[in-house]
Amino acid sequence: MKKIFKISYLIILLLAGIYQANASEKVELLKTDWSFKGLFGKFDRGSLQRGYQVYTEVCSSCHSMKYVSYRNLFEPGGPEFTEDQAKAIAASFEVTDGPNEDGEMFIRPAKLSDKFVMPFANIKAAQAANGGAYPPDMSVLAKARSGGVDYIYSVLLGYEDPPNGITLEDGVYYNKYMYGNNIKMSEPLSDGLVEYSDGTIASKEQMAKDVTTFLMWAAEPHLEARHKMGFKAILYLIILTILVYFSMKKIWSRIESEV
Amino acid sequence: MSEKKPERREFLFTASYAVGAVGVGAVVWPLVDQMNPDASVKALASTEVDVSSIQTGKAITVLWRGKPVFIKRRTQEEIAEAKAVKMEDLKDPEKDEDRAKDPEWLVMIGVCTHLGCVPLNDKGDYNGWFCPCHGSHYDTSGRIRKGPAPLNMEVPKYKFINSNTIKIG
Amino acid sequence: MSDHEYVPKSKFGKWFNDRLPLLSLASHLTDYPTPKNLNYWWTFGGILTFCLITQIVTGLTLAMHYIAHADLAFESVEHIMRDVNYGWLIRYIHANGASMFFLAVYIHIFRSLFYGSYKSPREIIWIIGIMIYLLMMAAAFMGYVLPWGQMSFWGATVITNLFSAIPLVGEGIVNWLWGGYSVDNPTLTRFFTLHYLIPFLILGLVVLHIWALHIPGNNNPIGIDIKKPSKDTVPFHPYIVIKDGFALLMFIIIFAFFVFYSPNILGHADNYIEANPMVTPAHIVPEWYLLPFYAILRSVPDKLMGVIAMLSAILILAALPWLDTSKIRSAVFRPLYKQFYWILVADVLILGYVGAMPAEGLYLLIARVATAYYFIHFLMILPILGFKEKTIPLPLSITEPVLGGFPNSAIAKKKESLN
Repeated sequence: MKKIFKISYLIILLLAGIYQANASEKVELLKTDWSFKGLFGKFDRGSLQRGYQVYTEVCSSCHSMKYVSYRNLFEPGGPEFTEDQAKAIAASFEVTDGPNEDGEMFIRPAKLSDKFVMPFANIKAAQAANGGAYPPDMSVLAKARSGGVDYIYSVLLGYEDPPNGITLEDGVYYNKYMYGNNIKMSEPLSDGLVEYSDGTIASKEQMAKDVTTFLMWAAEPHLEARHKMGFKAILYLIILTILVYFSMKKIWSRIESEV
Repeated sequence: MSEKKPERREFLFTASYAVGAVGVGAVVWPLVDQMNPDASVKALASTEVDVSSIQTGKAITVLWRGKPVFIKRRTQEEIAEAKAVKMEDLKDPEKDEDRAKDPEWLVMIGVCTHLGCVPLNDKGDYNGWFCPCHGSHYDTSGRIRKGPAPLNMEVPKYKFINSNTIKIG
Repeated sequence: MSDHEYVPKSKFGKWFNDRLPLLSLASHLTDYPTPKNLNYWWTFGGILTFCLITQIVTGLTLAMHYIAHADLAFESVEHIMRDVNYGWLIRYIHANGASMFFLAVYIHIFRSLFYGSYKSPREIIWIIGIMIYLLMMAAAFMGYVLPWGQMSFWGATVITNLFSAIPLVGEGIVNWLWGGYSVDNPTLTRFFTLHYLIPFLILGLVVLHIWALHIPGNNNPIGIDIKKPSKDTVPFHPYIVIKDGFALLMFIIIFAFFVFYSPNILGHADNYIEANPMVTPAHIVPEWYLLPFYAILRSVPDKLMGVIAMLSAILILAALPWLDTSKIRSAVFRPLYKQFYWILVADVLILGYVGAMPAEGLYLLIARVATAYYFIHFLMILPILGFKEKTIPLPLSITEPVLGGFPNSAIAKKKESLN
C-alpha cells in the first residue's frame, strides 16, 4: 500500500506542476460562473444570442469566424435562433460566388450553408488595416488561449492605465491580463455599447460574459451533446464494470486457493 | 452445489454479455454513421434557384447534389405537344401533368437514363433533348422517345417557395 | 507449441483447420496456462492491445475526412469537429487515445522493470517491446503534426532540426526529411503516409511480442519459474479474460472522463492556432509523454551530444537484460533494488516535469542532475547491485507461500500483498 501512496503523491505533484505551467503566468484571472462548465454544463441560449449580437456589432468588423456556418445559428446546441431568423441573418451578408455563365465572379446574399463572411479578404489585408497586427480568427479562440474563457473574459475587462514607468508605443494599450501586457486592440467594450434586443442591461461585464460564452460555443458547438453522451457513457460503463466485477469474482471462486 | 447457485451464476454472465453487447453496438454506430453525408453536405442537399430571369422557351442548368438539373420555361406549343402524346407511344409511359405540375415549368435531372451523359437542349427529333453519346431522343416533357435509354429523365422533388424561386430537394 | 493436438468438433472445422490451423490457434490462446498470482499490473498488455485497435479504428475513420495538405489540414480537422457525424467524438477519442496509449505503455514498462520481466529467457520480448515503443513515439510525433497547428509545425521543426547535428550529412538528411528547405507541405503529406503505416508495423511487432511471450509463458509477481500447466496456472479463458476485461473497463472509464469532460486538458492551446512559419510560440513543448526525453535532450548544451543522450536514454533500455546482473527477477525479493526502482520512477517524473519548463535556471540544473542519475541507474547501479545485493530467499512455488510450508512464506506473502 505504501507504494501506491508514494506514486499517488508523485502524480499529484506532477499534475499540480502541469496545472501551474498551463495556468496564466503571474496574474490570477477574473472568474465568473460559466453555465457550460462542469459535468452537466449547458449553454444559456439567451447569453448565446446576446453574445452573437455583441460579436456581430462589435467584433466582426475585424475578427473573422470562418469555420462557423450560418446554419449553425439555428442548429440544436447553439443560440438556437429559428431557421427563418438564421436565414435572415445570413442574407444580410454578401458572399462572392461564381464564376457565372459569363465566367465572372458575382456577389450574392449569403445562404445558411455558407460560412461566416470574413471582414478581410486574407490575413495580410487584415494586418494592413490594423497597424500590422492580425485580429485573430475567433472560430476556436476559446480553445486557442491558455486559460480559455477565463482568459478572454479577463482581457476584455482588463484594460487599465499602464503602471508608473511604462510608456507604450502608439496604437499599443496596456492590459492587466494579456500575456505580455501589451495589446494592439483598443478597449472594445464599454457600458451600453450594444442595445440588447431582449432588454438585458448591456454592462461591460454582461457583454464580456455573453460574447465569451458565444465564443465558447463557436469553438465547441457540440459541447452539450458531448456532456450528455459522457454522462450516459460513464453511467453505462459503471454498470457494466460492476457486472463484470461480480462475474470475475464468481469465476475466480472456482479455484480452491487464491494467492 | 444447490440448484439456485448455477442459475444465479448464469444470470450474471448473461447479464454481463447483454450489457456488453449494448456497449459494442453503441460504439459501432458512430463509426458507421460518420460515413453518412455530413452536415455541410446535407446543408447543400437542397438548393434554391431564382427563375425570374428565365424567358419563355429558355432553359437553364443548375448544379444540385453534384448533378445538372434542367429548368425549362416551356412555350404553349411545347406544352401542347407534350400533352398530345399517347401513352402507347411511350417506352416509359408517364403523363405530362405528372411530370410538370405547373405545365409552364419543367424541372428534370439532366442525366440520360441510359449511361449517364448530359443530353443537349433543343436538339433531337422530338423538339426536346438529344443525348449525343448513344442517340437517345427526349420529347418536350423529357420523356424517352427513341434510342437506348430505358426511362424518362428523372423529375426531382421540387416546389415553388414563391413565384420567383424553386427549391430543389 | 501445442501441448496436445486440438481436434475441431465439426467436420467443416476439421477440414478448415487442416488447411489453416486457426482453430488450433484459438484453442491454444484459450487454454494458454497463465500464472494464477498475476496482479493488476499484468492487465496492461491487454489494455495496450485495446488502445492499438482503438487508435487504428478511429484513425481510419478520421482519415476518411482529413486532408493532408498544408492549406487544408487545419480546416479539415475543424470540418471533422463540426460537420462530420460524431466527428468530434472520433477526433477526441483519437487524440486522448494517444495519451492513454502512452499511459498504459509506461505502466507496462515499469511493471517489467519492477518484476524483472526483461530478464532471461524473455530478452527478445523486451527488445521487441522497445521497438514497439520507438515506433509509438514516431507515430505519435507525426500524428501530432497533422492538424497543422502552431505546435504541430514548430514541434516538427525543432525535432527534425535535430538531425542536422549529424556531422557532414546532417543538413542533407534534414532537407531530405523535409522534402524542402523547411517544414512545409511535402513534410506534412509524407508524415501522414508514415503515420498511417506505422500502426500496422506495430501490430506486426505485437504479434511477435505475444508469440515470443508464449514460449516461456508469463512472468509473475514473485518472479519464479513455474511449470505450465500446473496447479500454479489457470487457463487464459475465462480467468484472465475476465480479469483483463475488468481492468480494461476501469481504464476506459478514465479514458471516458478525458474524452467527454476534459478533452483538451492534455493538449496545448497553441495547437488551435493555425501554423505560422513567421511566428514561433513562446514555449515549444511536446506532448506530455515525450517530456522526459525532451528534458534529457535539452540538458546537454551541445546539440549533437544532446541528441545522442536522448537516443541513448531509450536504447540503453535494450541493454537492460545484460546491465542488470541480478539472478533474482522480482523486486519483491530485492529490497535494495526496490528502493532504487522508486528513485528511478521519481527521476523520470521529475524529468517529465522539467521537460515542460523553460530550459534555464533551476529547471535546467534539475534536468541535468536527473539526466545524469538516469544513466547512473542503468550503467552503474544496476550492474553493481546484482553482485552486492542481499536478496530474500525465493519461495519454491506460487501456492507454497500460502500453504505456509516455507520459512519465508509470511514475508513473501506480506511483500506481495503490498504490491
